[in-house]
Amino acid sequence: MSTSTVVSRPTIAVWKFSSCDGCQLSLLDCEDELLGVVGAVQISEFKELTRTVVEGPYDVSFVEGSITTADDVERIRAIRQASSMLVTIGACATSGGIQALRNYADVGEFTTAVYAHPEYISTLAQSTGIADHVRVDFELRGCPIDRYQLLEVITATLSGRKPVIPGHTVCQQCKGRGTVCVMVAHGTPCLGPVTKTGCGALCPAVDRGCYGCFGPSDSANTSSLARQLIALGTSRVDVSRLFRTFNAGAPAFREESLRNDSPETGG
Amino acid sequence: MTHQRPADSRTVHVEGLARVEGEGSLLVEVRDGTVETVELEIFEPPRFFEAFLRGRRHTEPPDITARICGICPVAYQTSACLAIEDACGVSVTDQIAALRRLLYCGEWIQSHALHIHFLHAPDFFGCQDAVELAGLDLPAVQRGLEIKKVGNHLMEVVGGRAIHPVNVRVGGFYRAPSREELGALVDPLRRALDAALTSVQWVAGFEFPEIEIDYRFVSLRHPDYYAIESGRIVSSEGLDVDAKGISDLVLEDHVARSNALHARLGGQDMYLTGPLSRYALNYGQLSPLAHEAAAAAGLGAVCNNPFKSITVRAVELVYACEEALRIIEAYEPPDPPAVAVPGRAGVGHGASEAPRGLLFHRYELDDDGLIRSARIVPPTSQNLLCMEDDLRRVAQANLSLPDEELGWLCEQTVRNYDPCISCATHFLDVTVERR
Repeated sequence: MSTSTVVSRPTIAVWKFSSCDGCQLSLLDCEDELLGVVGAVQISEFKELTRTVVEGPYDVSFVEGSITTADDVERIRAIRQASSMLVTIGACATSGGIQALRNYADVGEFTTAVYAHPEYISTLAQSTGIADHVRVDFELRGCPIDRYQLLEVITATLSGRKPVIPGHTVCQQCKGRGTVCVMVAHGTPCLGPVTKTGCGALCPAVDRGCYGCFGPSDSANTSSLARQLIALGTSRVDVSRLFRTFNAGAPAFREESLRNDSPETGG
Repeated sequence: MTHQRPADSRTVHVEGLARVEGEGSLLVEVRDGTVETVELEIFEPPRFFEAFLRGRRHTEPPDITARICGICPVAYQTSACLAIEDACGVSVTDQIAALRRLLYCGEWIQSHALHIHFLHAPDFFGCQDAVELAGLDLPAVQRGLEIKKVGNHLMEVVGGRAIHPVNVRVGGFYRAPSREELGALVDPLRRALDAALTSVQWVAGFEFPEIEIDYRFVSLRHPDYYAIESGRIVSSEGLDVDAKGISDLVLEDHVARSNALHARLGGQDMYLTGPLSRYALNYGQLSPLAHEAAAAAGLGAVCNNPFKSITVRAVELVYACEEALRIIEAYEPPDPPAVAVPGRAGVGHGASEAPRGLLFHRYELDDDGLIRSARIVPPTSQNLLCMEDDLRRVAQANLSLPDEELGWLCEQTVRNYDPCISCATHFLDVTVERR
C-alpha cells in the first residue's frame, strides 16, 4: 500500500461518551460491509476496534454517548474543533439516553443511593446530548441506531452528499408494512404515531407497542396521543413513564412526560 | 544480593484500553524490580441504573437494563426476567424457557465470535486490530464475521433485534417465532458450527504465555445441561447456592480510583466468573463434539491459563451453535408466548451466564408491582480483583520486557477477560438492603 493511498483516504474517528457501546457495535455488526468500509477510510480512533490512535484533524467524527461529566464537556469541544464533520449516533448522543432520567431527579441523592463513597464520584447533574454543547452536522437516531441507516450516513458523508434518512413516523412505516395496528386492534399503548421511524417498525411486528427508542418524529403531536392512551385506560403516570425512557431528554417526550407525571396534572 | 537498579523502577500506564467494551485504563508501578501497584482504573462514568429503576413498573427492567450493555443485552434481559418472575412467584413453561435459551445462544455466538476474532486474536499476532490481522489471515477474520452474523441473525429472528431485542418480556416473549422461521436458521447454524470448529483449531495453534493460576471458579450449574440461562451457583470450593444465596454472599467495595465496585465472596475472597469457570465446573455437560474439539486443542477438563480463555471461548462457541440447533430441532412454539406475571410485593433474584460471566439481579417490588430497589452485579465487577491479580503476576514475570511490550502484554491480560467496562459501572451498594 503506497503512502499516497493512505493520505487520500478520509480519516474517521469513533468516540464514546456515556453509553452502552451498542451504537458503535452496530458498525461492527455490518458483517458484510465492515472490511469494505474500513478499507475505504483511515480509522484514526475507534477504541472498541483498534489500538491505533492517530492524531487529528479528522474528516468525520462519529460520536456515541451523552455528556455526563465536566471532562466530557472539554473532550467533546476538542473533538469538534478537530473534526470537519461531526455525526452523532444514537439516543444517548442525541438526547442524553436512558441516563437522562437523572435530569428528573436529584443526582446527589442518586449518587448516595448507588455509591458507598459518593465523594469519589464526579458527575454532572444532567445527562445531555452532544448538540447541547457543540455544533452537530448530523444526528442519527435510535437506541440502538439501525445499521443500514449508519451505512447510508457513512456512504453519503464520504461522497459529500446529505444522508437520505426518513423523517416520518413508526406508525406510517408500520402501515406500510401491513402490520395490524396494536393500538386499534388490541388497545395496546403504542408510541408509533409520535416516534421517528428507522427501526423498521419492529415492535408492532412482534405484537407490542412501540416504546419510542428512535425519539420524537418531526412535529410529533404527543398531547393528542397521550389523550388517546388515557382514553384506552392507561393511567397518567404510566403515560409519563412511556415517554420517559431512552429519549427522556428529547424535548417533545420530556414535555409530555412532565404533563402527565402525577395523577392530578395534565390536561 | 545487590539492590535493583533504578531502571527497575518504572511506571507503565496504558491510557484508554482498546478492544474492550467501555472506558478504562491500567497502571502498573514497579519499584526495585517488584511490581508494587496494579490498578485498573474505570473512568466510564456512572449511569445510575439502580437508582432510576426505583418507581418503575415491574415489567420495565428487561428493556431498561438491556441498555446497560450493547454487547450482552440478552444477559441483562434474562437475569431481569428471572428476578422479577421470582419476586412474583411465577415460573415460565418449558417451551418458553427453551426459547429463552435459544436467544441466549445467539448472544453467546455473536459475542464470542466478536471477542475471539476481533478483540482478542489480534494480540496473538502483534496486530493493532482485526483489520491488520485480515492482511495476515483474511479467512480467519471473515470466518469470525460469518459466525457473528449467524448469532446476530438468530437474535433477530427470536428477539426481533440483535442489539437491545424488543421481543423479550417478563414471563416470556411478545411473539413466538414459527417453526419455519427457526427452520431457516438451521443451515446457517450448521455452517457456523463448522466454522467454529475451525476456529478452535486456529486459536489452539496460538503461542500462549506460560502461566497457571489457581482460581476460585464460580459459575452457574444446571442439572440437565451446560448452564447458560438458569441454574444454581457453584464454586470450585463446594459453594452451591441459588441466586438469592449468591446475592447475599457477594459484597462489593467502592474504591477511590474506580467507578466500578470490587466484588468479593463473603466480603473477602476474590473469585473468577466467565468461560474458564464455566468450563472447569461444567465440563462434563459439554457435548461430545465440544469435548473432542477441546481435547484436540490440548485442553484438559480444567484450564488455568487465562490467555487460553480464547480457546475455551471457541469451544463454547461450538457448543452454543450445537445447542441452538438442538433447541430448534425440538422446538414447539410456546402458546401463549408468555405467562402472566401480575405484580405483587416481594423480593426476587435472578442469575444467568453472560458471555463474559455471571450476572445477577435482585429486585424488591411494592404492592403495586413498582420497583422499590434494584441491585445489578455484572461479571466485570466480579472479575476486577482477579484481573488485577493476573496483571500483577504477568507483569512480575515479564519485567525484562521494554515498557511498550510490557504494556501491550498487560492489555492482553485484561482482554483475556473480555471485560465489559460499561457494565461494571452500573452497580449499587446495597448496605441498606442487606440488613
